[in-house]
Amino acid sequence: MKGWSREEMAQRVAADIPDGAYVNLGIGIPELVAQFVPRDREFIFQTENGLLGMGPSPPAGAEDPELINAGKKAVTAIPGAAYFHHADSFTMIRGGHIDVCVLGAMQISARGDLANWSTGEADAIPAVGGAMDLVAGVKRILVMTEHTTKTGEPKIVAECTYPLTGRGVVDRVYTNLAVLDVTEEGVAVRELAPGVSFEEVRAKTGAPLLPMAQESAR
Amino acid sequence: MIDKRCEAAAAAVADVRDGATIMIGGFGEAGSPIELIHALIDAGPRNLTVVSNNTGSGRVGLAALIARGQVRKMICSYPRSANSMVFPELHRRGEIELELVPQGTLAERIRCGGAGIPAFYTATAVGTVLAEGKESRRFEGSEYVMERGLRADFSLVKADRADRYGNLVYRRTARNFGPIMCTAAETTIVQVREMTEVGAIDPECVVTPGVFVDRIVVVPEPQQESVLVKEGRVYP
Repeated sequence: MKGWSREEMAQRVAADIPDGAYVNLGIGIPELVAQFVPRDREFIFQTENGLLGMGPSPPAGAEDPELINAGKKAVTAIPGAAYFHHADSFTMIRGGHIDVCVLGAMQISARGDLANWSTGEADAIPAVGGAMDLVAGVKRILVMTEHTTKTGEPKIVAECTYPLTGRGVVDRVYTNLAVLDVTEEGVAVRELAPGVSFEEVRAKTGAPLLPMAQESAR
Repeated sequence: MIDKRCEAAAAAVADVRDGATIMIGGFGEAGSPIELIHALIDAGPRNLTVVSNNTGSGRVGLAALIARGQVRKMICSYPRSANSMVFPELHRRGEIELELVPQGTLAERIRCGGAGIPAFYTATAVGTVLAEGKESRRFEGSEYVMERGLRADFSLVKADRADRYGNLVYRRTARNFGPIMCTAAETTIVQVREMTEVGAIDPECVVTPGVFVDRIVVVPEPQQESVLVKEGRVYP
């Protein structure tokens, strides 16, 4: 099959996270990353509602409504976990103590602006949660998303049209088609998914891409 | 002798006046002091400003307080979630005000309120609509936005155990906003599952020292919001 599945995207993200990293995973697709921690590495997962050392979902019947993640789903705590209040949790996030955050996206601009919290429509109820804190404070921001919207519109664009979560915050983007870096010079394709051409990625991207050859020559 | 126990939730919230600002703990149902909220519904003060991360679910707890028309304004980070329809309906009709605050900024505003810090600068929300109209300033080459500390007349918090001095321990991720909200109100009211003897909580393990707590109500078997919602319950 052409391109990466969501599981393969998650595996690709996990492969880029170094051993010993403190990691916050956004709600939705990014949660899959926890299933693909490489065998020789240890990641500590933080969830901003107050747990460092988040483990997998509990078996059915063992859920505890007072042990949940930021998506309000039942989770477990690993041996060595710690609970803390919200000001401590966001001290970790805003104070630069979390190494990696993996987030979903509605749009990413060529300069690394991220829009992932609101459509900006008049009748939408805006809800931001911790997204703006995460992009402002976590050392490395990875975005995991389908390359285009359900209607085929590019998600990587010259300028975001949705309200921003943060300006110039995205470091790397993992899509079903490619791995792309936000660089000073522009968006650079680092890796293509199996069966996907650079031309296809370019056609489905709303911002100029740096030529691949030039990038690999660096 | 110091004894912060109140006999009943009704007595603990009886002096909440119209127009009060109230912090309510909880992240979703975890840590939501549902019995104290229901007592506040019974007491009936109106025109309240409520500071809470979410807006409740179904038609019990915080959502029921909003549904009764007692809340004029919500200050929160995530006003919609699964099973939350009361707030979105009222907000679309323009019947309730919303001040949307990033979650970490909300926590820090409460922490600062409790610590006597009137304002602070943060990188969160810089360059977004949530920073519009706020003072900003550059420090070491980067832009920061000024945010104000938050205080309340009352905080309603759920903890796990207390002693009569008001020392508190919490349970798992139900801790969330509890400890900081206890510090930021003129009067802090806490519901706990269990009262213990003074000295039974190891001083090394006290999460909220008693100085931050004014009233304690024991609710040995608190109701669970998600169960009430599933059963279609409506309060009152």
